[in-house]
Amino acid sequence: MPPASMLIILELFCSSCKDSVEDELELSAARHRPEALEQLEAQTRFSRKELQILYRGFKNECPSGVVNEDTFKEIYSQFFPQGDASTYAHFLFDAFDTDHNGSVSFEDFVMGLSILLRGTVQEKLNWAFNLYDINKDGYITKEEMLDIIKSIYDMMGKCTYPTLKEETPRQHVEIFFQKMDKNRDGVVTIDEFIDCCQNDENIMKSMQLFENVI
Amino acid sequence: MAAGVAAWLPFARAAAIGWMPVANLPMPIAPTNKNKHQDELIILNVSGRRFQTWRNTLDRYPDTLLGSSEKEFFFNEETREYFFDRDPDVFRSILNFYRTGKLHYPRYECISAYDEELAFFGIIPEIISDCCYEEYKDRKRENAERLMDDLEDNKDSKLPNMTFRETMWRAFENPHTSTMALVFYYVTGFFIAISVITNVVETVPCGYMPNQRDIPCGERYTEAFFCMDTACVMIFTVEYLMRLFAAPSRYRFMRSVMSIIDVVAILPYYIGLVMTNNEDVSGAFVTLRVFRVFRIFKFSRHSQGLRILGYTLKSCASELGFLLFSLTMAIIIFATVMFYAEKGSSSSKFTSIPASFWYTIVTMTTLGYGDMVPKTIAGKIFGSICSLSGVLVIALPVPVIVSNFSRIYHQNQRADKRRAQKVQKARLSRMRISKSGSSSAFLHSKRNGLNQSLELTGSLEEDQQLKKTTSLLESQHHHLLHCLEKTTNHEFVDERLYEQGYMQTALQNFPSQSPSLSSEEGITGTCCSRRTKKSMQPLSATHTHSHTHNLQELSALHIQCGERQALNTSRSSLNLMSDESGSLNCKSSGLVTTAIITIPTPPSNNSRASPDAPPPPNPDAPPLPNPGNDVVKISAL
Repeated sequence: MPPASMLIILELFCSSCKDSVEDELELSAARHRPEALEQLEAQTRFSRKELQILYRGFKNECPSGVVNEDTFKEIYSQFFPQGDASTYAHFLFDAFDTDHNGSVSFEDFVMGLSILLRGTVQEKLNWAFNLYDINKDGYITKEEMLDIIKSIYDMMGKCTYPTLKEETPRQHVEIFFQKMDKNRDGVVTIDEFIDCCQNDENIMKSMQLFENVI
Repeated sequence: MAAGVAAWLPFARAAAIGWMPVANLPMPIAPTNKNKHQDELIILNVSGRRFQTWRNTLDRYPDTLLGSSEKEFFFNEETREYFFDRDPDVFRSILNFYRTGKLHYPRYECISAYDEELAFFGIIPEIISDCCYEEYKDRKRENAERLMDDLEDNKDSKLPNMTFRETMWRAFENPHTSTMALVFYYVTGFFIAISVITNVVETVPCGYMPNQRDIPCGERYTEAFFCMDTACVMIFTVEYLMRLFAAPSRYRFMRSVMSIIDVVAILPYYIGLVMTNNEDVSGAFVTLRVFRVFRIFKFSRHSQGLRILGYTLKSCASELGFLLFSLTMAIIIFATVMFYAEKGSSSSKFTSIPASFWYTIVTMTTLGYGDMVPKTIAGKIFGSICSLSGVLVIALPVPVIVSNFSRIYHQNQRADKRRAQKVQKARLSRMRISKSGSSSAFLHSKRNGLNQSLELTGSLEEDQQLKKTTSLLESQHHHLLHCLEKTTNHEFVDERLYEQGYMQTALQNFPSQSPSLSSEEGITGTCCSRRTKKSMQPLSATHTHSHTHNLQELSALHIQCGERQALNTSRSSLNLMSDESGSLNCKSSGLVTTAIITIPTPPSNNSRASPDAPPPPNPDAPPLPNPGNDVVKISAL
């Protein structure tokens, strides 16, 4: 009907106007410059050259200098094409984003890596505990552990052998708590965790696995 | 794995430390970076222009010339640089591909030169990014068409081996091929024109008979017109029959639009011949003459533009249909309104709503014949609204048709569109394959036994030899995925195998008969540092549930065997070992694999097998002389 078609044309015109305004706001995205190389060298255990290599890789993928959670998830998912790495990437993001401002800057990134690759076993275990403790209250509950383990299993995807069953993550959590929860109070504290891991030969060995990554 | 994120692989590996406390199995050994040169700049000298980049940048795409060891062939010892005797302008785009992960096609480049450079550097054109891909494909298509046209021109002059029929058909389709075809083309065109002109002139009143009104020429010179008509129809009939004879597929030719037009053009004449003297049907005979005007459509064989116009209308059919629908709605509404508005006035021409349709159409198209005019005030008001809105509604379809016509005109042929769609599908599938290449690469390397499950206690020597074929980046990525498998105690399989396994497990719900072993796998495994990789491929329907059982029995036997070898039960060794089933040593991997392969047992055997499972083994038992056979026997029971 002619009047209706006129109305439709007017609406389209208005919505296109609105879009252009919103686009402008997005253009001014965050730009971040990291601290000087000397400062980072002092704060982390990386050499100058290693920091240079790390920064070049970082900046190549994130030209704006910060990683937000979506980019982080995307990058991490590329390493696990068969499964869904987004949940685990979310937990990782929280672990790296130490000041909880919603983005990981190069400093956060490099500090985290310094602990993981060059830290003492104590520091590494601390970091792992921090990763598992989703709400950062100092205790790992069964629910938190279940979430973490489910996200790890999600990364495997559907096509696995043997087929992933519903109760596999829960069983895994049970095994973990049996090992770690010494006083059987249903939560794992940092001391229990570190104690138990230090007594476990396998875990100790695997912590040293990635020494020579950079 | 995309190139840019190669730089983040160290991060992903470091983050894998988060899995370690959760894992129950020990992790495989990390691949070492043997040639640990620091990231160095390399110089690429392309016809004198020097490009410099990091070595790591080029290593991102190991299946191209620059990313693989192939570039060593171009290394110049004296100047310590890589020299390529190629086009430096195109090389810019290629190097940017390594840097940014996106391949762009510069518009000023010739398409074939660009293709050659891509082929030289081992880059497939399908990964051209979306911003430049349309342009690339269009240029490529144009080029291909031009080549094909050239080919056809060359082809037409040759080919002596065509049958007479094929020659005729080609002469009909392409008038330029031979002089005879051209002559035929012009003769038929001439006669179509003559026929149309004759039909028109037939109805013109010419001359006066002394005591009669003027008669049309057709009735005055009946014989002359009849002779002309006969001649034209004869020519058309002969032409149609010749085309029918020459057509490669007669059935398809008869269904084509052009042949239907031909038939409709000549049929009235023959029908007229049959019933000339029958007065009753002479009325129908007159009507048939109308169909003679279809002869004008025969011109579309001679005119490309006409064909495109016809095709445009056909492709705009949906838009036109919608337009017609909205017009109809408007007409009905206005006609109703006018009818009721004019109902009161006397001697109104608006006798019914259908009668008002005529007024509405004439008004909306701004024709305004004036044969129907509203007389009441309300009628005049609504009439003016009707004419104003008519302008808008009629103006709507014209741009649609115009844009469609220009679009089609530029795109040219429908066949090209179809070809482009097929290529798009092929392109997408190739990109998908290269993307899924990363996930399948891991499975592939597992199959090739490159991912020896090296626990931290295992031996390193075998590992070194096998690492040569994969790049360091790939091996590190595979190691990461391997760690994940260990953490979750499940294995990656590819979809096909997963489907098989899934369906077979659904078919056979066989309860596990030794639950204790399976749950304690982890713990006993840790203690005895024996690993049975649960990577048995279900080779036949019978094995799916035999696997868990076999594993338990075999794990027992491994311990019996007393071997401290790293186990490799990956699929490729399954394939390998099947060939060398004769030469069994007491390698545990050999045990596992041959056992699985040589058993074609029905599931019932398992029930007998399980009770015979050996009790928890004595690790000090001496290695059996040929444990393979024993294993086979047990499972084959």
